[in-house]
Amino acid sequence: MHQEKKFIQELEQQAIVLRKTALTMIYQAQSGHPGGSLSSADIITALYFHEMNIEPANPGWEDRDRFILSKGHVCPILYSALALRGYFGMEHLSTLRKYGSILQGHPDMKKCPGIDISTGSLGQGLSCGVGMAVVGKRDNKNYCVFTLVGDGECNEGQIWEAAQSAAKYELDNLVLFVDNNRLQNDGPCEDIMPTRDLREKFAAFGFETYRINGHDMSEIIETLDKVRNNKDGKPKAIVCDTVKGRGVSFMENVVAWHGIAPNDQEYEQAVKEIEGGLK
Amino acid sequence: MGNEGRALRDAFGDEILALGKENPDIYVIDGDVGKSCKTLDFAAACPRQHLNVGIAEQNACGMAAGIATTGKIPFVSTYAAFGSMRMLEQIRQEICYPKLNVKIACSHGGLTPANDGASHQCIEDMGILRTLPNMTIVMGADYYATRALVRESVNYPGPVYLRFTRDPIPIVYDETIKLTIGKANIIKEGNDIAIIANGDTVNIAQKAAEKLEKSGASVQLVDMHTVKPIDRDVVLDAVHRIGKIITVEDHNIFNGLGSAVCEIAAEEGMGKVVRIGVQDQFGQSAPYETLLELNGITVEKIVEAYSKLNNK
Repeated sequence: MHQEKKFIQELEQQAIVLRKTALTMIYQAQSGHPGGSLSSADIITALYFHEMNIEPANPGWEDRDRFILSKGHVCPILYSALALRGYFGMEHLSTLRKYGSILQGHPDMKKCPGIDISTGSLGQGLSCGVGMAVVGKRDNKNYCVFTLVGDGECNEGQIWEAAQSAAKYELDNLVLFVDNNRLQNDGPCEDIMPTRDLREKFAAFGFETYRINGHDMSEIIETLDKVRNNKDGKPKAIVCDTVKGRGVSFMENVVAWHGIAPNDQEYEQAVKEIEGGLK
Repeated sequence: MGNEGRALRDAFGDEILALGKENPDIYVIDGDVGKSCKTLDFAAACPRQHLNVGIAEQNACGMAAGIATTGKIPFVSTYAAFGSMRMLEQIRQEICYPKLNVKIACSHGGLTPANDGASHQCIEDMGILRTLPNMTIVMGADYYATRALVRESVNYPGPVYLRFTRDPIPIVYDETIKLTIGKANIIKEGNDIAIIANGDTVNIAQKAAEKLEKSGASVQLVDMHTVKPIDRDVVLDAVHRIGKIITVEDHNIFNGLGSAVCEIAAEEGMGKVVRIGVQDQFGQSAPYETLLELNGITVEKIVEAYSKLNNK
């Protein structure tokens, strides 16, 4: 139990580093999406520093677990994880959104090692994940395909087309995370397009579903352990209740922080708060 | 034309079946029109390489992208109208941008789903897709050319749009035809006029060429089966050496083969071009031949175009 606690604390510590790295990238670029980067930070940490079977030195390894950031705009948090895992040098982080960078404003699989599919246009990533998972099943591979979508992104009809096919092809090697932060670009999801209960929706589509606190590292890890070993022929959906901007008090639950960069003063305060860990 | 000839969708069905049996990496993704797109034999013979995702083309396209990242070669099979428009943005984001090895194989291109009416005819596809970087656009002139080009596409890495017709069209070649994507096939060399056609209009252009030859003209007849990348050398030769060009296509005269040829002629500041094709109007339920006539895609109009060019 003591060991277990220590390992969770290490991951929480890692999430702090990821949050700080991502926010620094956005600050240096003076452009990017802090809100969703921070709401998905703990999920990304759990995947890249615990769950995923990957070889950063061999990003194209055919038996690797795959990750698809369908909500591609929060790539600073993913780039941070990839750099910290050694997919590319840390010196690239300051080139986010700059001319010639491997770190495009939205993930580009042909430019950046470790990106399993290019994304950016919302609603499309889950379909790509279904394609990868189908091949995994048919070729008797052991890899898992993880996909992260936003709750706002679930407005897109293609998400539900993909969900139907994931169930049809019994893709128990496909794990969908929903970053359920309740805010989208123009305002609260409730006002823009109510999602209703996404867990119920995915359950109705034939998924094995979970609803967890997306900032509770123990809960994320426990759930991942369950879904990895549950070969029941059902795709998995983990609806993660999260807070947009989590870890920086003045960004939390504030729509405006969807896609703007902090100024000097805001950045300084944000880093201080992030270093203090999640309250 | 009637029952004479064979439909290009049958060529796809026959060739993809052969390819699937030879190569376990070939996948077909259907969108509930497998019967019409002639993929049922493939589905029966290669079930582990076949998926039918229902009436959900955007998802079919995204899945194909994911499948392609594993090294497989997926063919998304649907109608041209849906394959080029319903899933256009998915093609752009997930296939052309990362230059994935996905083939979009579409039946019901042009006016040939004639009795289905405008919703199912597709006169816009090649023009729309021509604006996407990394896209290659191909249409065979007959059953044999289409089989050859489908096979070629497997060894042509990256996104390829393959366009087929629903209804039978006359045979131009035979089973020995060899074609290379990106390289036009010069059916007949000549000096007075270049007729550049593609797909189901090549046989019409061929008849027009025969007629013109009888009246003494020397006709260069070109099958431009690849609209993008267009065979620039062949067009440049037509522009500089012949100077008079008639393009023929079962597609809107905007943005398809005719436009591509005009772009080169305009850049060269040479050559006169007459575009024969769909006159920027939607089709309707009618016999295929009637629709061709309504748009002037006929032997007579090609012959007439030649006289007009000579009198300019």
